[in-house]
Amino acid sequence: MTARLARLRIRRGAGDEPPHYEEFAVPFEDGATVLDALIWIRTRRDPSLAIRYSCINANVCKECTIAIDGAVGYACTTRLRADTVMTLDPLPGKPVLRDLVSEMRSPRERLK
Amino acid sequence: MTHIETDILIVGAGGAGMYAAIAAARAGAEHVLLADKSLIGRGGATVMAQMTVAAALGEECPDDWTAHLEDTLASGRGLCDENLAALLCQEAPARIREMGEWRVGWARRADGHIAQVTAPGHSRPRCCYVDFLNTGPAVAATLRRQIGHVGAIRRLSNLTVTDIVTAGGESGGAAVGAVALDAADGEAVTIAAKAVIIAAGGLTRIFRRNSASANMGGDGYALALAAGADLVDMEFVQFFPIGHLAPRLVGMDPIMWDPFRYKLGGRLLDGSGREFLADYGSDETSGYTTPRDLATYAIEKEVAAGRGSPHGGVYLSFAHVPKSALEAAFGPVIARLAKNGIDLGQMPVEVAPIAHYHMGGIAVDERMASRVPGLFAAGEAAGGANGANRLSGNAISEALVFGERAGRSAAAYAATRPSGWHPQSAATAVERIRSLCAGRRGAVSPATLLDELRELMSTEIGPFRTEAGLARAVARLAEMRAGLNEASIAPGRAFNPTVADWFELRASLIAAEAVAHAALKREESRGAHQREDFPETDPAWACSQHVSMTRDGRLAVGVAR
Repeated sequence: MTARLARLRIRRGAGDEPPHYEEFAVPFEDGATVLDALIWIRTRRDPSLAIRYSCINANVCKECTIAIDGAVGYACTTRLRADTVMTLDPLPGKPVLRDLVSEMRSPRERLK
Repeated sequence: MTHIETDILIVGAGGAGMYAAIAAARAGAEHVLLADKSLIGRGGATVMAQMTVAAALGEECPDDWTAHLEDTLASGRGLCDENLAALLCQEAPARIREMGEWRVGWARRADGHIAQVTAPGHSRPRCCYVDFLNTGPAVAATLRRQIGHVGAIRRLSNLTVTDIVTAGGESGGAAVGAVALDAADGEAVTIAAKAVIIAAGGLTRIFRRNSASANMGGDGYALALAAGADLVDMEFVQFFPIGHLAPRLVGMDPIMWDPFRYKLGGRLLDGSGREFLADYGSDETSGYTTPRDLATYAIEKEVAAGRGSPHGGVYLSFAHVPKSALEAAFGPVIARLAKNGIDLGQMPVEVAPIAHYHMGGIAVDERMASRVPGLFAAGEAAGGANGANRLSGNAISEALVFGERAGRSAAAYAATRPSGWHPQSAATAVERIRSLCAGRRGAVSPATLLDELRELMSTEIGPFRTEAGLARAVARLAEMRAGLNEASIAPGRAFNPTVADWFELRASLIAAEAVAHAALKREESRGAHQREDFPETDPAWACSQHVSMTRDGRLAVGVAR
């Protein structure tokens, strides 16, 4: 039996570059989350993929909020789906810094 | 390049850092800069804490800080710095009550008293909490609200402090500021500060299975060592015995089962459904009483003997608890578990030890001052109070108490001094940031090396250690540190994750080496440090070790002076 895969189509590029999408195939495991897959990609395929997260699993920091198939959600609690393509974009309505990272800092907590 | 002048720089905005900022402003500091590599008040360990906070409030029954101290010292297995432990216990009630005044929402009994439960190792009910599983998030949110009211505090998110700058640029001089990376645009930032407080948390992220947030890779320890400070008790990493293992659970922290144990007991069972804690000398007939080091030992031994659960842990069962009692104790959490396919009334879950807290840290005195003038530490980043094994509930107390003291002491220190800043002392660190953002070809990425580090730590320096394993770890860690400049970096300034990874890797390798060297030298078993080749506790080792960095960057270990 071949291992099942999840496919992620991810928006790439720094804020001042024209965006493009890149697709990654990730080994699927029951119960795995979108954040698990993003961390796997960063470790095994492309360390330059920019994502935001802090608490990893507890869903308390809310930093991993992105758009998943067009709907705003947490990467850490959204389950990965096997055998389909999931499209990931940064949080809509915020300036993009790079890839899936948008400007989430309150204006008073920014240096510039 | 941006340059900032401040009285006090605080590195890390968890519970300790935020409390330090409030206390520094209260003590008269006019400019306090609170910097965090994550978002202010959202990263670090505080926000992850779902358990309890220990303080001798005496709300449930008569209590006194000296009784809390007695329990803390007993848990520390003879290694606590008694002065620091005493401060922790003596000042915790004032901090907890102040948090109450700031409306943190401590759980209360029907009669209005703050509810306190008996966590393992405590002689009486002493641990307060915020329902449901919300203690840390509520503490963090409350402090975030408070710092928002203080005009003297400037908050900067996604600002990664990469180096503490010392006078003259050599170790041993006073701390006079720092160099930082503004992650949003990849720019180097220099910060002149009359005093610096490191409140950047611990190092549990360097282990494969951990309950840490992303930014707990030992940054604070590496910063302090490079600035000339000593670290103490670095070999003592607390493994939380019943971290969640299976089935996969999302949206909940893996340490969440502790509150269930406080409120409902629960049974730990081996793979065949047999209770085993009694085999290791722990009697739980009167409730949840097994200390963390002993429970971790028992579980690891059961698994090693082939009596574990399918995923390599043991079972935790609440099947004997009536559904109504489960609902009453944890309300909405029961539904969240059901969404994860877990029906606690019907099935056990699998649990296993998970790296949770680091007892060691920056060596400080009662003012939270390190041996480097102007450099202070607070929270998990500071070492000494917890000895070889931390008592349940002391971590948030420590964050608040030591944060407050560090803020106050740093303000007093800064008030008497002019700025000692010289831009030249920051030049090397600034140039490093510029050169990393330009990118670098290499065979292996820092992210891959961080992954290797976590595997190495878990294999060789987990709860059980041997001379051979520790020696392998020491050798490989030295190789990895020597190869840091060959790691590949993707070019790019804005939010470049490979640059962030490189700085994390540099810090994590230094922190890991400090643990490995100290663990190799301690030829006995005590608390969280268990040597298979030296299984007994040796009274001659009832002393702490210090780790320092030599001028050429090597680490040296010695018995504490």
